[in-house]
Amino acid sequence: MTAGPDGPDADREAGPEDQPPADAQVPVLALRDAAKSFGAVHAVIDGTIELYAGEAHALVGENGAGKSTMVKILAGVHQPDSGELLIDGQPATLHGPAGAQQAGIAVIYQEPTLFPDLSVAENIFMGRQPLAAGRRIDRRKMNAEAAGLFGRLGVRLDPGRISRGLSIADQQIVEIAKALSLDARVIVMDEPTAALSLAEVARLFDVVRTLRAAGAALLFISHRLDEVFEICQRVTVMRDGRHVLTSELAGLTADDLVRAMVGRQIDERPTGQRAAPGELILRVEHLTREGVFTDISLDVRAGEIVALAGLVGSGRSEVARAVFGIDRYDAGRVVMRGRELRRASPTGAMAAGIGFVPEDRRQQGLVMDMSVQQNVALASLGRLRQGGLVRAAAERAFAADWAVRLNLKYGRLIDPVYQLSGGNQQKVVLAKWLGRQPALLIVDEPTRGIDIATKAEVHRLLARLAGEGVAILMISSELPEVLHVGDRILVMREGRLTAGFGHDEATEEKVMAAATGQLQGQAS
Amino acid sequence: MTSTVTERTGSAAAPGAGSRRLTERVFRIRESGIIVVFLVFVGVTTAIHPEFLNQQNIQFLLVNTVVYALLALGETMVVISRNVDLSIGSVLGLSAYVSAGLFGPHPGIPIPVVFLVGLGIGLACGMANGLMVALGRVPSLVVTLATLYIIRGIDILIVGGNEVTAQTLPNSFASIPRAGLLGVPYLAIAVAVVVGIGAYYLRSFRSGRELYAIGSNPEAARLAGIPTGRRIFTAFTVSGGIAGVAGVLWAAQYQTIDSTAGTGYELTVISAVVVGGVAIFGGSGSAVGAAVGALLLSSITSALNVLGISQLWLEAISGFLLLVAITLDRVISLRLQAALRRRSAGVGT
Repeated sequence: MTAGPDGPDADREAGPEDQPPADAQVPVLALRDAAKSFGAVHAVIDGTIELYAGEAHALVGENGAGKSTMVKILAGVHQPDSGELLIDGQPATLHGPAGAQQAGIAVIYQEPTLFPDLSVAENIFMGRQPLAAGRRIDRRKMNAEAAGLFGRLGVRLDPGRISRGLSIADQQIVEIAKALSLDARVIVMDEPTAALSLAEVARLFDVVRTLRAAGAALLFISHRLDEVFEICQRVTVMRDGRHVLTSELAGLTADDLVRAMVGRQIDERPTGQRAAPGELILRVEHLTREGVFTDISLDVRAGEIVALAGLVGSGRSEVARAVFGIDRYDAGRVVMRGRELRRASPTGAMAAGIGFVPEDRRQQGLVMDMSVQQNVALASLGRLRQGGLVRAAAERAFAADWAVRLNLKYGRLIDPVYQLSGGNQQKVVLAKWLGRQPALLIVDEPTRGIDIATKAEVHRLLARLAGEGVAILMISSELPEVLHVGDRILVMREGRLTAGFGHDEATEEKVMAAATGQLQGQAS
Repeated sequence: MTSTVTERTGSAAAPGAGSRRLTERVFRIRESGIIVVFLVFVGVTTAIHPEFLNQQNIQFLLVNTVVYALLALGETMVVISRNVDLSIGSVLGLSAYVSAGLFGPHPGIPIPVVFLVGLGIGLACGMANGLMVALGRVPSLVVTLATLYIIRGIDILIVGGNEVTAQTLPNSFASIPRAGLLGVPYLAIAVAVVVGIGAYYLRSFRSGRELYAIGSNPEAARLAGIPTGRRIFTAFTVSGGIAGVAGVLWAAQYQTIDSTAGTGYELTVISAVVVGGVAIFGGSGSAVGAAVGALLLSSITSALNVLGISQLWLEAISGFLLLVAITLDRVISLRLQAALRRRSAGVGT
């Protein structure tokens, strides 16, 4: 809640301070009646948005509503087929990403786009590196400027290290520092908080408030409506590529937004009607990987959803990866239906009936250039094979079946999977594993970057699977999701299990306390 | 490691000096690794056969390396941008025949003109490659594989059954590779300087860094507003131009030029580049490393000679070295990644 100048840094940032935006009536950046199609897919039909200086503007909408396309138009990546773009009220054309950058528009994408082999500072200043005599790059100055940016953001990151190996949260920080370095008048954030821990989100919001006070116009895209209400003043809702409503946020409720987004009321899934958990499926005993996680023991039974909560970096995903055999572990064992799994063998884990939906679906869950049907069939090729060859017809039928079951929205089954929206990509990953009829499904951040309606759909799907007797281990950073979906909730902090709760006893406060270590929760 | 972490929590002024040192160290290791391998190799060979380090052999070694090291510079620029130039052997062959062939009909032609002709041929070929890769968006592997054959075909058409022979070449031209000071050919010094300039350009100039950026993440490079097409075009043009000049040098060195000149050079050069620590999928490596890689490969040739081992072993050994280099590269980068991840996990929140 620290808005505006609250330190020497903020003063420097604000410049001629606390001036009200000079001409608040003219939007800094406006897009009117924009349309953009890709082949037969009308991604945006009627895109209209106006961004004012000193204001954070939320863009919300369902999966596939056209938000990402809007972002790419504003970023100069796509040229709208029709409609007009106004900068300070003057019609303008953005010639590519460089043009948008020159126009003072910075975009922070949903998935960070860094250069893994280059240093953090170079990532920030690529193409604009400070120069010394003879037009050579002044590395020292570059690193110092990067360190200054991180200082303003209140984070510690070494500007000289290469960015390979940075966590997604840190990669986002680098992107934000880059936007800061551009002195951008318009900052577009495409789901910046999706991969951040609560503490990092709070820090980001402080930064957003600082930028806002300095007169920047922000476009904030998020599926977390509580965040929208916390940080934004104005909202635009899109549905199926069309502009639905633009309004001041004051006076609106979350329900109003949800109704505008989906055009109907979403009913929450009833929980807890399932039969008692069945036989023991997965038992993890004293699993330890040095420096990553320590002494992790947990059980998952048939028909049960166990949620693994904790802050980003607490070791949750690493445990899941070790269980599935992607990473090694130093001590302990993983037992699946009474049989111990070999270490570091995903094949063995798959054969034992484990399915794994990873956190980073683009990198780890999908082959982005392959078609929808190929991706769905990828983990089930053994069953679709006849005489050593995969029959396209069988593959197609298999994929079509799962597409219907998961309510997948796609153009054609042979389209490459990168053409789908994030939520639908996640469904493809789920379909891929469900096709194998796993006894245990591990899902890591199943609804990251997915809109509310699809999120509810995924939750219903998980519940339905549990009802069919699948054991589910779900990792999630979103507390409401953890509390809502988990039959049992385990909390990790700094590589250790710190608490366990039943569905009914868990509250947001208890889980957060165990995750942050503010007080010891009831240990399991 | 723990000490650096605690030290760091003390002062926010020098964030993460420890991990910078770590990364820098590993980067230096990447280059110094190949230098160490080279020195060990020279040491072992000399121990077995002291002849290896006599002046004549060193001179022979340096003259032999010059062409490869030069080609490796151009190839490094291309490989760093996540492309590959397979046509350099053919460009070298064409340039060698056409440029040195000028001495026959025009015995008095100034030598700089001959070099300019070679450079021009190389630039033209490089531009053709660059245009097709950058504008046509055709994968460079395909484009340069095609131009490898096309340019060699043109070469064969021009050469026919002829060849340029040593008698037609003026002495001043043929002695270029051998002229030198205290047994060190001027040419080797010149090439070392050129490689140094190239490495410095790649390291310290925006357009050089942008080649790394393109190779590291092409999509991000586009989003960052880097003119990827222009940069890649430039890389291919430079690679072609270098191959053209290298062709003239090749002619001066071997003096008998037929239509097979430079056949297979592309693979040797790519080996040298990769052995020298340039990542084959772009994004990292240096021109100096690549040049040392070239030096290592030609000293292996030379060592086999001196030790009386059949040249037939050469290719097997080069291949083995390539495997070692790539494996080492993977191991180092995985280790580095793990180390960095552990660090950021320790410091992050």
